[in-house]
Amino acid sequence: MASVEAGHLAKLAGYPFVVISWVDDAGYPMSVATEFEADAQGGTVSLRAPAGDATVVPTDREVNLLGSHIRPKPGEGYDERRYLQLWGRAAAPQDGRIIFTPTRAWGWDEAEIPFFEYSERSVPQSRRYLAQLSEEQGRTVRPRLSLGWLLLRTTRLPFLSATLVPVLLGIAVAARHGTFNWWLALVTIVGGSFAHLGINVSNDIFDTLSGADEANVNPTQFSGGSRVLIYDLLTLRQLVALAFGLFGAAAAIGLYLVWTTASQTLLWIGVVGIVLGVAYTAPPLKLVYRGLGEIAVAIGFGPVMLLGAYVVQTGSLSWEATVASVPVAILVALILYVNEIPDRVGDAAAGKRTLPVRLPQGVVTGAYLAAALIAFAVVVGGVIGGLLPVPALLALLAAPLAWRVYGGIRQFYAQPYALMGFMGINVNLHLYVGGLLLAGYAIAIVIRALT
Amino acid sequence: MGWLPEPVERLLDAALVGELTVIGSDGRPITHPLIPLYDGDRILMHSSTLFSRKLEHIKRNPRVSVSLTDPIALKGLPGRATIQGTARVIEDDPHAQWERLILDLWRKKEPVIDAFLKMRVALPLFFERAVIEITPQRCLWWADGDTAHAPEVTVAPREEAA
Repeated sequence: MASVEAGHLAKLAGYPFVVISWVDDAGYPMSVATEFEADAQGGTVSLRAPAGDATVVPTDREVNLLGSHIRPKPGEGYDERRYLQLWGRAAAPQDGRIIFTPTRAWGWDEAEIPFFEYSERSVPQSRRYLAQLSEEQGRTVRPRLSLGWLLLRTTRLPFLSATLVPVLLGIAVAARHGTFNWWLALVTIVGGSFAHLGINVSNDIFDTLSGADEANVNPTQFSGGSRVLIYDLLTLRQLVALAFGLFGAAAAIGLYLVWTTASQTLLWIGVVGIVLGVAYTAPPLKLVYRGLGEIAVAIGFGPVMLLGAYVVQTGSLSWEATVASVPVAILVALILYVNEIPDRVGDAAAGKRTLPVRLPQGVVTGAYLAAALIAFAVVVGGVIGGLLPVPALLALLAAPLAWRVYGGIRQFYAQPYALMGFMGINVNLHLYVGGLLLAGYAIAIVIRALT
Repeated sequence: MGWLPEPVERLLDAALVGELTVIGSDGRPITHPLIPLYDGDRILMHSSTLFSRKLEHIKRNPRVSVSLTDPIALKGLPGRATIQGTARVIEDDPHAQWERLILDLWRKKEPVIDAFLKMRVALPLFFERAVIEITPQRCLWWADGDTAHAPEVTVAPREEAA
């Protein structure tokens, strides 16, 4: 609650009428609408005194003035919510007018603080209320979600495309080289997915414990973490158990693949992947806190996943698979990079030195475009150099998406919710480039089989 | 059934937003714009646990008022009203109880809420809610909405008898 400034009264003047409220002699609140004139310079409001014995505004106690606005939207409800309330004292009426002198103010305007941010800022109140309710009811009252939604939210399941793209591409490169084992391919996809989900959950644990997620009041569906701990949807113990379960499953599958392929290379790739994933947020390395998060993600969800899948199929490394992993690595790192833009205030508060925290806006947007261009240039260069098949050039069809994202982050850099649509396009950029590379490999494999 | 004058019931049925005034811990009035729902007897309002200070105030002091004042929110209906009453917070199960009690009435005024409810995963705390059930005790009604005229005052039958 703020002390009253001229700005409050200027805002109040924008409302067509006010509601004046007080606690009457019977101890009930009483509220009456009336017309008014705000004197921003004088710091007072002149009100027309309501008529009748039942609505005599008291002068011996604090009263409240409210200006409120909505815009009805037929078939939906309403929007343009805003209100402003002032507290102060009313003087006795003179010539039918009451002079009200406010001393405190409070309000909300969704054009200034979007509803999602307003809600996020109110999370501590929800926790406090439910804790008190638990005490009153003698049982734990917590927010809930159905199991399916809870798992989806907790593991951030939709981000699995970051694993599927490199793993499928690694399998495709191996297939072009004449090696394809569907069972090992399936097990690789499942194992990679468990590892990815385990990393998501462990990152969430460390980001919540560090305060980074809580300091972020502008989470979106792409950024700000799962927030299941902040919202008290799960306990820390449950989340740790889930992370261990997912990592355990990933490790078991990884060891099965190492045993089956008898490949030490695969073992080292797996170890590097898990270490990178956990060390991303976990102490002592906390790579993302040191400005190394983007590189860690690029390596983990680029070469590590793609070469890992390739090695499972073939038992060896290859230059083609390495080159194919580069555009995927760059584009997956750009997903993180763009998603860090709205998180940068919360990240900075928690000491997370991501690139958008460290760099000025112009450099961040310029570097996005440069990195995206390099990703496409590697595809072209790979084809010219004879390392990638010609149909891989199909990936260039997705290039306009990079240009759209670049335009979006330039225009909406400081508007998290407006940026959200472009964050989605950026996720699709990675997915479409991956899909088009896969399509290119499928064409190349068919051509090879026919010739 | 309720005792509120019929024109006030029409205002309650029409209102997209009304003003709930509660009494704060320091005795000050605090006003919250909220959707008023009416089941023919009691006024029902509701609040997310995110914005639950009003619930704490009501649990401390259940005396409240609901005013219907905005001609735009009242869809052009003439008249204004203020209803004083006693409120009860229904919060046994903030996850699901409100759906049974008020969702049908809520969606009549704000149909978009069904779309939001389908995205509950995105707004889990918004849909942890308590219902505020208000028993009207006294009603002030301004037939033409002009509070420069004294209102017509009606009190609950039980209080009249007392």
